[in-house]
Amino acid sequence: MSKNYFQIIRSGINTTFQDLGRKNLCHIGIPFSGAMDNRNYLLANKLVGNALDFPVIEFAYQGPLLKYFGDKINIVITGDVKFKVKKNNNEIDGNCYECFNLENEDELNIFSTNKSVYGYLAISGEFDIKRQWESCSVNTKANIGANNGKKLENNQKINISRINKNLNKKKLNYINTKIENIRIIKGTNFDYFSEQGKKIFLEKEFIVSKLSDRMGMRLEGPKIENTVDTNIKSEGLIKGVIQVPADGNPIIMLSDHGTIGGYPKIGVVISADYDKLVQLSPGSKIKFKEVELSSAENLFKLYDLETQNLISQI
Amino acid sequence: MIKNISNLGDAALYCDFGKEINKDINSQVIKYFKSIQKKNINGVNNLTPSYNKLIISFDLKKTNYENLKKIIEDLDINSVENLSKKKIEIPVCCDDSFSLDIKRLEGKLKLNREKIFENFFNKEFFCYMTGFIAGMPFLGDLDKNMRIERLETPRVKVPKGSVGLTEQFANIYTFESPGGWNIIGNTPLSIFDNSKEKEPNLINPGDTIVFKKITKEQYKNHNE
Repeated sequence: MSKNYFQIIRSGINTTFQDLGRKNLCHIGIPFSGAMDNRNYLLANKLVGNALDFPVIEFAYQGPLLKYFGDKINIVITGDVKFKVKKNNNEIDGNCYECFNLENEDELNIFSTNKSVYGYLAISGEFDIKRQWESCSVNTKANIGANNGKKLENNQKINISRINKNLNKKKLNYINTKIENIRIIKGTNFDYFSEQGKKIFLEKEFIVSKLSDRMGMRLEGPKIENTVDTNIKSEGLIKGVIQVPADGNPIIMLSDHGTIGGYPKIGVVISADYDKLVQLSPGSKIKFKEVELSSAENLFKLYDLETQNLISQI
Repeated sequence: MIKNISNLGDAALYCDFGKEINKDINSQVIKYFKSIQKKNINGVNNLTPSYNKLIISFDLKKTNYENLKKIIEDLDINSVENLSKKKIEIPVCCDDSFSLDIKRLEGKLKLNREKIFENFFNKEFFCYMTGFIAGMPFLGDLDKNMRIERLETPRVKVPKGSVGLTEQFANIYTFESPGGWNIIGNTPLSIFDNSKEKEPNLINPGDTIVFKKITKEQYKNHNE
């Protein structure tokens, strides 16, 4: 039995352990997985003084309500999240990107993400969890990863195997910006679509549908007409691919996507915009803008540089 | 050989081996897949072989499209030893409680169930690829008189172990999952076992598969 642990009073909607994900398994049907918003994942680990590839708890929309038992520990929440820390009968409003300490019987209540989807909880220490293929990332579809590959549930315990010695409370000034313009590179089946269809895809607004999760984001809006074939021979997928099935509504593949698919690929979201994409909540507007491969590569360098800068400020 | 390499987004190579779906082209895909896997090329994250394509995704922090394309084009693929091929027998029970679409198969194929089972169990299948859901094998090729379209309305839940048919292919549902394939029977074998990290898949691309008909009694005993 672990001396330090969280008791889950309310688990939240989609609360899972995540890290950087797992490589080299797509050929057997296991996708990359990992934290959806990579930058916020890295910042969470850095703020609590962990190595950058440590497991964290990812939540979507409503987060968990946790009661802590054990020795003093630091926690941090990243993303755009409303939460409170309760000490004795004192409630403190939480700020993202700022460490808080928890002592025996304190409560952490993560109400919800604000106009975004994913948030992260990291602790100054290590969760006592199992890794599969070197990653704790939970894939609920194949029941792979920590917690037997399942979401966290009410009344469960989350054991902590180790607490860091250094409990400096670190802080970062950072605000997530929401963007509706998502940049894409033309997909391998771009020419399957009518001139009108291409125009709609690159010029019109779409709305993120409620039927979105870690596997994919479904969009609603004007229909994109296919003039060649609404099916292709099934082939590999990567995250960010935008498929358009026969009904003309685009679906964007996200981190837990099926590894192969048979719908034409109209575009692929550039790597630099992926973190922003996944944070678009249902009802949000989204507009696509085409860029060349070389620009996408430069934009990624900028994105990465910015992330490294933030990390080095902590 | 690879006919064309293009980019799929900014972090993947899209290798096209030709339009057709046949064993020769697929064997080339698998040969490239195994060869690249062995080379452990810096920055490569994932390889996804399919019937006639190979997707190579990479870490944009470590490499880029042009670099990796050059490495793949310069690969000496002939040095790869012949593919190891296993022959695997999969027991399948076609009791009415498992053969969910037998009536539809009889109607659409205009064959009686005895003939359908005879065709199915006398066939040797080739594994083209695995995926979509973890461990699901895509096996071919069914004879022309056994080819059938997907269900008009896919099932919300196909039971684990179900063996499905669509067009020239058969597959096995490794997990309960939504799906639109015509279900002919069910296997008690575990096709994907995530506790075996080294070899979670029972069936891999390039393997030969034969199905063996078992009774409901044998199916039950298998699980005990």
